[in-house]
Amino acid sequence: MPRQLPSSAHPFRLPTGGRIDRSRTLTFRFDGVAYTGHPGDTLASALLACGVRQVATSIKLGRARGVFGVGSEEPNALVRIEAPYAEAMVTATTVELCEGLVAFGLPGRGRLPDGPDPARYDAVYAHCDVLVVGAGPAGLAAALAAARTGARVVLADENGELGGSLLGRGAADDWGARARDELAGFPQTRVLRRTTVFGYYDDNYLLALERRTAHLGAAAPAHVSRERVWRIRAGRVVLATGAHERPIAFADNDRPGVMLASAARAYVHRFGVAPGRRAVVFTACDSGYPAALDLAAAGTEVAAIVDARPQAGLWAQRARDAGLPVRAGHAVTGTSGDPCLTSVAVRELRDGEPTGPVAVVDADTLLVSGGWNPTVHLFSQAGGTLRHDPARVAFVPRECRQAVEVVGSAAGAFTLAECVADGARAGARAANREATEADLGHVLAPPPDPDDIGGGAPPVPLWLVPGPDEPRTHFVDLQRDVTVADLRRATGAGLSGVEHLKRYTTAGTAHDQGRTSGVLTTGVAAHLLGVEVSALGTTTYRPPYTPVPFAALAGRDRGALHDPVRVTALHDQHLARDAVFENVGQWKRPWYYPLAGEDMAAAVARECRAAREGVAFMDASTLGKIDVQGADAGVFLDRLYTNMISTLKPGRIRYGVMCRADGMVLDDGTVLRTADDRFLVTTTTGNAAAVLDWMEEWLQTEWPQLRVHCASVTEQWATVALVGPRSRDVLSALAPQLPSSSDDFPFMAWRDTRVAGVAARVCRISFSGELAYEINVPPWYAPHVWEAIARAGAPYGITPYGTETMHVLRAEKGYPVVGQDTDGTVTPQDLGLGWAVSAKKRDFVGKRSHARADTARPDRKQLVALLPDDRHTLLPEGGQVVADAPLPAPPVPMLGHITSSYRSTALGRTFALALVRGGRERVGQRIYVPVGSVLVPVTVAEPVLYDPEGARRDG
Amino acid sequence: MTADTEQPLAPVSPLVRYAGRFAAVTRASGGAVRLAELPLLAQLSVRLDAKGPAAEAVRFALGLALPVEPDTVAFSDELAALWLGPDEWLVVGRPGSAAGLEERLRAAVAGEHAAVTDVSGQRTTVLVGGARARDLLAHGCPLDLHPRAFGPGRCAQTTLARAGVLLAGRDEHRPGYWLLTRSSFAGYVADWLLDAATEYVADATSIT
Repeated sequence: MPRQLPSSAHPFRLPTGGRIDRSRTLTFRFDGVAYTGHPGDTLASALLACGVRQVATSIKLGRARGVFGVGSEEPNALVRIEAPYAEAMVTATTVELCEGLVAFGLPGRGRLPDGPDPARYDAVYAHCDVLVVGAGPAGLAAALAAARTGARVVLADENGELGGSLLGRGAADDWGARARDELAGFPQTRVLRRTTVFGYYDDNYLLALERRTAHLGAAAPAHVSRERVWRIRAGRVVLATGAHERPIAFADNDRPGVMLASAARAYVHRFGVAPGRRAVVFTACDSGYPAALDLAAAGTEVAAIVDARPQAGLWAQRARDAGLPVRAGHAVTGTSGDPCLTSVAVRELRDGEPTGPVAVVDADTLLVSGGWNPTVHLFSQAGGTLRHDPARVAFVPRECRQAVEVVGSAAGAFTLAECVADGARAGARAANREATEADLGHVLAPPPDPDDIGGGAPPVPLWLVPGPDEPRTHFVDLQRDVTVADLRRATGAGLSGVEHLKRYTTAGTAHDQGRTSGVLTTGVAAHLLGVEVSALGTTTYRPPYTPVPFAALAGRDRGALHDPVRVTALHDQHLARDAVFENVGQWKRPWYYPLAGEDMAAAVARECRAAREGVAFMDASTLGKIDVQGADAGVFLDRLYTNMISTLKPGRIRYGVMCRADGMVLDDGTVLRTADDRFLVTTTTGNAAAVLDWMEEWLQTEWPQLRVHCASVTEQWATVALVGPRSRDVLSALAPQLPSSSDDFPFMAWRDTRVAGVAARVCRISFSGELAYEINVPPWYAPHVWEAIARAGAPYGITPYGTETMHVLRAEKGYPVVGQDTDGTVTPQDLGLGWAVSAKKRDFVGKRSHARADTARPDRKQLVALLPDDRHTLLPEGGQVVADAPLPAPPVPMLGHITSSYRSTALGRTFALALVRGGRERVGQRIYVPVGSVLVPVTVAEPVLYDPEGARRDG
Repeated sequence: MTADTEQPLAPVSPLVRYAGRFAAVTRASGGAVRLAELPLLAQLSVRLDAKGPAAEAVRFALGLALPVEPDTVAFSDELAALWLGPDEWLVVGRPGSAAGLEERLRAAVAGEHAAVTDVSGQRTTVLVGGARARDLLAHGCPLDLHPRAFGPGRCAQTTLARAGVLLAGRDEHRPGYWLLTRSSFAGYVADWLLDAATEYVADATSIT
């Protein structure tokens, strides 16, 4: 596509004016061509200054598109930034120019950068009495009035400079500057520039995105977050979000050179850029006139002001006085150009229909003002309702359940005096609910308003200029290439609601979320359907108001900080032994400890052998521990566990199972009685918090009369399991005071002693069937104790082992793991733990459910062992179990599934645990496990495969 | 590490490996952010009826009344008592004083419906101080920490980023915050604090 090269550096830069720093020049590249601009420029203003009219192409039709707006409302000028930072798709109107910027126009959609994003992103929680959104005249007045009361105020504005519409109209520079200066003097006031409030949620919780360093370009400091999400909780919110000018649907209304009137005016005042050499202004309200006058004053020839209103009023007179031709009661019916605008077709408008001869007016710029849409997005997100104001031809805020007030043009006020007075009143009221009208008085004197000429003409609703042909180039949504023809097809298909029209045509669903197209869509649809605009309403406004990068939302929750990693007091010891870790919830637990050259199977086999034949040790600190104290502690635990706890003697330990009210296993563990009125309950690692919550729920909601308190002590103790036939030898060396015989220190007893010089609580508990101890010590001495055990065990070849070996050892003994061998549908009886369910106790949680017909039926799925015929076949966990081979025709009845599967060194074979329908009745039978296309034959066995007599427990 | 158990053992606190990095941030930020572990503080969970005789007995035993105003801390020279719930407090004392404190508290509440539990190992404490301490915490703590809302002597069970923490404003003489984190989460919390402090380490005032 041919691109015109500028004849001079800035052919469209005005000799004076604009809020740019002409003393400095910035170089940038766009679509591979080098250009220059000034600090204060946006990419859009710099391109316009350089005479670049076409910036992008449209997404569906590939039509040439130029700069249409001046800020976040921009639908056309989509660009990708390649340097000095990467952005996949942003609007040229919101990219502040920086040295070395490299950008490319987009064909309607962006492309994600290939490399990782090296920038930092973060978040801040902010709290304030008053949040003011928007720093135009109304917002500045509101923030000032609130700040003067001493209230905590946050003022957020999406632009780099405060002032809002003041900047774009060249109005009230002094007033704006004074307001900005005064605000800077309030220590309780926080002014956030380049900050877009993009979401408004319940309880006045709002999210904003601050763009902190992009405007600094390559000078952006690496240690400062590039973008920041503000999470703001506000007592009251004042929305001074302004209004967006509305386009009009006419033929070929999308050519580069067609621009919103207010945008053209802003390019003159903010950037010292003339949008073109010769302009036509097409307006349905007064706003086209000051734009035309400002352009004329800046040296652009205004070829015609085309006013759709037959009675154009005072402004038309003023324009004529200035020598500008006004064609009242006319409309623009089309444009020409290849592709940029070269001429405009104008016809008389009679009853909404173009009539009479076509006048072709040469122009390179067409300014459009179809009226104003108050920016009600945040108000609507807050739950606010809208009403259509026919006098203003606008949807304006009605009411909202939240503590919010809308002021200025966002509320439909369009004179500067109204905006300032509105804002000041709202700001003062927001800061001080008791403020009276008298207090509010004249909080701020408004500045002189160049647009207030003492009277104007009302706007007319003008959505669509029909003809001359099929309205296939009457664009309603420029970004989605949605035309009046598309809307006509949708209404012709019977769609009559705006939400349906939106989804059918995609109007309003693009990157710009319909900021310029939403209400126009409603207007055109109402016209096509022959209904009132007010009856059709708007589509729902949803967050985010503008696009928010995922990186910003993630903040610093990425990489190593993505999710907390929990480690035990022995973590460094595991690292030093090259442990491979397994995630168990948020915990990092050693999975196995490979020696050089070992794979997992070899390491686990070695660790298992050590535990069965010599001695091995593991970090069991992650097991949940709950201290249960009080006179009724025994009664309480009797009610929660299926078995009897209150009969336990101090110094002894009992295994227990907890069920939910439905009788299914919730958790299991051991209970130590530490005193008459005190127990230490252990839980599975993953259920520690859930079991404490469970206990608190019963205590607080059902049994508040019980004198019991619970406290988590999971991390009060580090726990080392010392396992194997030689474990007694190792422990005796470290704790010579501890009785070693099973008579004096029997299985399921605990003793307080010293281990390696450290006060310790030693329990004789075994999760492997071997002689074993659990040594509990204060966590700050755990590394010392661990290393002491390693040294004392060295003569016996002591080996650290991880969770995989623990699982193999326990599975060989048929010990189920809650959450692995159970899934919330398994009773203790199903697991073969009927012995742990008291028949004598009057009641416990789950007891009644065990008597239900379904929980009592004999063919429930029961935990059994499966032995593959081939001793080397490792069955897949989760594998299904079926009765017959070959498989019958589907549906094949499923008997159950495999819950655990391992290679056993001790058994010299593979084995699995499975939940199998009527499993205990099937012991000895052959059944099958389909693995891929093979039916693996297995034999059902009792779940305790290793040392079923329990001979090894006492060493 | 020595095998000699006769020597006094050096306790290892959860953040012992972070001492250098905490000191470096404190130094590099010119004190704008001060981070330090206050290791091994004695911590006792106390549960009792705030209106019953046990509360009065504890006041005598500790020389410190357990606060009844929600989310406040009562200080004495040696101790701090943090309100955690209507019948729940955390009594914090010097390292090594847990056993003595537990004994005094147990004796005081004997016979009452009360519970005393040594939880010194459950959490470690990070001092977050310096002029930017509040800004630092605001990156991850959803509470309003403005002095009007959360001044010295306030405490709360809240979150910092993705970890549950116990946050307390120290007394007027020692500005800053105590951040009590579960020992297993301490490494995450420390890494997060160090990362969040990055911006305060070098001069960031050039950002406009």
